Amino acid sequence: MGGAIAATGILDDPLLIGGREIGSRLIMGTGGAANLAVLERALVASGTALTTVAMRRLDAGGGPGVLALLERLGIEALPNTAGCRTAAEAVLTARLAREALGTDLVKLEVVADDRTLLPDPIELLDAAEQLVDDGFTVLPYTNDDPVLASKLADAGCAAVMPLGSPIGTGLGIRNPHNIEMIVAAMADRPVPVVLDAGIGTASEAAQAMELGCDAVLLATAVTRATDPEAMARAMRLAVEAGRLARGAGRIPRRFWAQASSPTAE
Amino acid sequence: MTVLINGVVTEAEAGASLADVLAAHGVPERGVAVAMSGEVVPRASWASTPLRDGVVLEVLTAVQGG
Repeated sequence: MGGAIAATGILDDPLLIGGREIGSRLIMGTGGAANLAVLERALVASGTALTTVAMRRLDAGGGPGVLALLERLGIEALPNTAGCRTAAEAVLTARLAREALGTDLVKLEVVADDRTLLPDPIELLDAAEQLVDDGFTVLPYTNDDPVLASKLADAGCAAVMPLGSPIGTGLGIRNPHNIEMIVAAMADRPVPVVLDAGIGTASEAAQAMELGCDAVLLATAVTRATDPEAMARAMRLAVEAGRLARGAGRIPRRFWAQASSPTAE
Repeated sequence: MTVLINGVVTEAEAGASLADVLAAHGVPERGVAVAMSGEVVPRASWASTPLRDGVVLEVLTAVQGG
């Protein structure tokens, strides 16, 4: 009974980003979905409360109506600065997003090249400092580098979002120890760690939470899955399972076996 | 005069405001943002913002992504 109460407690403990409560620890992206109907079923199955959108030229196509969909589902939009290569481009894109969507939230992405889509750490930190000064709630997509994560937190970012592996690769968490070091570095600050990018399947989302991340952000793993709706539900359950396991305290790893039945003596 | 809207050369009447040109171009009032020569122009200022010949406008909206 007590255990059940404790277990629900950790799941009820809300994610706080920049002082605002986010109703789910699974943050979704909208990129890659075949159409809005598929996206809608996946978003609902994921239980997400916050979902990324990109900013593009009005007449460039790419699915008008995503904002209306999010509004109808009661999901908050998190605009990103995808495609930006410099701090100046990212700052302008964030300001346009704030004007268009009326939100000060921004997922800050400043990538170095198309092949890796890895963050450019120097431009990223520069953009983060400018946007924090301009009143934004900045959620930077960053490398799995504890030093850079600390500098972004020092700059006033509301969260840090290290990658598990490059965007869209589905390679999972390539350096779990770095993620744990980032979690440890943020332990004394009100700065949640959101594992962002690289998740391929549910076990990896659970692993992120077991490592101590506060939330998981993913898109491709769901939107390009054979059955996006089923994968969205799997991710929702995985994030909950991983958080429960983190709170429950896993057993230490041992080299040799340890009998779990009474030994005959 | 001509203005460049999202890379497309567009004719506009002399003296037209930013709001006039955007309305003529079918730009909706909600869910979009406009940058003029690299600076955001808040929606409340569209009607009072004059245009000069050759000005570069970028009109953005939210799409699926990320």
